Amino acid sequence: MTREMTGAEMVIQALKDQGVDTVFGYPGGAVLPIYDEIIQQEGLEHILVRHEQGAGHAAEGYARSTGKPGVVLVTSGPGATNMVTALADAMMDSIPLVCITGQTATHLIGTDAFQECDTVGITRPCTKHNWLVRNVDDLARILHEAFYVATSGRPGPVVIDIPKDVQFATGTYHGPTANPSAAHKSYRPQLKGDAQAVRAAVELMANAKKPVFYTGGGVINSGPQATQLLRELVGLTGFPITSTLMGLGAYPASGDNWLGMLGMHGTYEANMTMHDCDVMICIGARFDDRITGRLDAFAPFATKIHIDIDPSSINKNVKVDLPIIGDVAHVLEDMVRIWRTSSMKADPAAMKVWWEQINHWRARNSLAYKPNSDVIMPQYAIQRLYELTKNRKTFISTEVGQHQMWAAQFYGFEAPNHWLTSGGLGTMGYGLPAAIGAQVAHRDALCIDIAGDASILMNIQEMSTAVQFGLPVKVFILNNQYMGMVRQWQQLLHGNRLSHSYTDSLPDFVKLADAYGGVGFRVEKPGDLDGAIEEMIAVDRPVLFDCRVANLTNCFPMIPSGKAHNEMLLPDEATDEAVANAIDDAGRTLV
Amino acid sequence: MNATLNPTAPSVYFMADVSDKVETHTLSVLVDNEPGVLARVIGLFSGRGYNIDSLTVSETEHEKHLSRITIVTTGTPMVIEQIRHQLDRLVPVHRVTDLTVEAQLANQEKPLERELALVKVAGTGDSRLEALRLGDAFRATVIDATTEHFIFEITGRTSKIEQFINIMKPLGLIEVSRTGVAALQRGPEGL
Repeated sequence: MTREMTGAEMVIQALKDQGVDTVFGYPGGAVLPIYDEIIQQEGLEHILVRHEQGAGHAAEGYARSTGKPGVVLVTSGPGATNMVTALADAMMDSIPLVCITGQTATHLIGTDAFQECDTVGITRPCTKHNWLVRNVDDLARILHEAFYVATSGRPGPVVIDIPKDVQFATGTYHGPTANPSAAHKSYRPQLKGDAQAVRAAVELMANAKKPVFYTGGGVINSGPQATQLLRELVGLTGFPITSTLMGLGAYPASGDNWLGMLGMHGTYEANMTMHDCDVMICIGARFDDRITGRLDAFAPFATKIHIDIDPSSINKNVKVDLPIIGDVAHVLEDMVRIWRTSSMKADPAAMKVWWEQINHWRARNSLAYKPNSDVIMPQYAIQRLYELTKNRKTFISTEVGQHQMWAAQFYGFEAPNHWLTSGGLGTMGYGLPAAIGAQVAHRDALCIDIAGDASILMNIQEMSTAVQFGLPVKVFILNNQYMGMVRQWQQLLHGNRLSHSYTDSLPDFVKLADAYGGVGFRVEKPGDLDGAIEEMIAVDRPVLFDCRVANLTNCFPMIPSGKAHNEMLLPDEATDEAVANAIDDAGRTLV
Repeated sequence: MNATLNPTAPSVYFMADVSDKVETHTLSVLVDNEPGVLARVIGLFSGRGYNIDSLTVSETEHEKHLSRITIVTTGTPMVIEQIRHQLDRLVPVHRVTDLTVEAQLANQEKPLERELALVKVAGTGDSRLEALRLGDAFRATVIDATTEHFIFEITGRTSKIEQFINIMKPLGLIEVSRTGVAALQRGPEGL
């Protein structure tokens, strides 16, 4: 189907042809022609944010909670630069985003025109790919190509920069190609894993004495089938499984083989299992520094298998023994089939010994904390939130910091795509817009942003968006009046000199909620917590829930930077002195 | 980036010791000749802290709008492998070949590499005669001259060019312009 239409019309038509139902955006001079089309059409809902960064994170929340690409529309100059954080965030966490930016007219590009900036130049390192469309006849092709690039292979954000004259110009529109992978000149990611390598991996697994699955966000990006296959493979093998922050929910937290999250604030059993394992099956994770700890002491006895769709993830930080390049679902399907058809079986005697060891580590109860009947412990708050919301359709997003780690440790995720967090970039201000994005996609669900008092202020303006569009998101603030994680590091590294990590003059969150047209709650006593959470759930409006928690609680267990998995700082050992001396000189320069 | 495999660790697929030795490799990258493609490649190198010793680019297949970028880089084997994969990940990149590895696989010391330089030397008297004589010995061609200067055009391996320039220094070297390395794999096959 080809048709003559304007560039602005093409944008709307291409979005619809790509199955898009929601656009997050903010108008401005250089996108007015597209906004003029938006108001004259039906079928594409536009969510007006209060800051472009909010649009980006909302689109991420939408994408992560649906598995579909998130779409953003912003203007040139500051509209585009305000999107940069969200693009970098999506790049790090492999979230498919299609961002359309307006640009000054082609004849003005390079003249320092009003609201001009080099959008493709600025966004080049934080997008998977970007395009400046100089000719309206290229626009349809680029729009469809953008969706293909954003969603295939390792997903990521893309930017299409469209000058205003191109939006006004008339050209020929054509629909999406049936097979974009075959049609693309150069980008064709490998989906199927090498058969020999997959077989070798399965044989290694069958012969393992101390195996572990280490899974990541790639399992979730691969789709629901990958999650099913992962659960099947864990069931077949009986191996223990741990996951990165981004991978939570792929295997249920209530599953028998679940060790909890691994890494810097992971559980003792997950990290010790990683350290002592003899075969590690890494699936869709990337050996991030938050996971590995000290590299030369990372899983020193392990034969490492690494399944990843992105060849550049292989051998980047950790040299692996058996790389398998391919899509997680495709590779797991082959693994399950080979395991079944060859009647493979894990060594029962070895597995018995291994699980006994793991259960010994589990018994260490590394997430334990001292309960308190006077003040709310942050861990307790998350536990209660979990207990009171677990039987509902709930999506949890977070900001970044201690509250994020406690959420990961204490909220049990049973399904993929229900956990929205900024893992790679660590973007404070991610959670509220992400919850809004999830709520737009799941109107009947309970969408909660677990926040900190500092993080929430970074995109608090999106409360206004939530109210305008009737999105009853719940912001559950663990308020300790500190940038808790910054303070924790200052205690660890800088002699307890708490430089600018205390927030005085916080707003009254209850009044703030009220001012935005939402509902505010404040809870200070553990005994009042359950009732207030239930009230919060019952409210059909956006909520700011100011949960006053113990101010000086720190997040443990912790692998101090520069240390190995078996050198964790456990909560009951974390005395002031141990904290002050936890990081040695070599670890000081690490972030 | 340190060695990460414990050499005493039992490994079915035990790999050769990870060496931290820095190597020089020549990569050939086939890309769409579209705006910004060179910026993507260079940005990748600067953003991730890789080295560029030499970079040469030109459209080589006009009808397909394909350019070939030849990059000489240094790094540990792990870093060079990373560079190759990171380049391959760029959407407009069609093909990345490590010519140094290809040459090694074919039992050759190096891929075929040539560079062209224009070398301006000014002087009079003996040093002027000496410059001309040496230019001859290096098979450099004089492409511009007055009674006070020569511009030599010289082609060859990078080491030859370096040597020529060094020799010209005391003889009145003024300035040099170099193309960077162009390289191909030996033998009848293409990329």
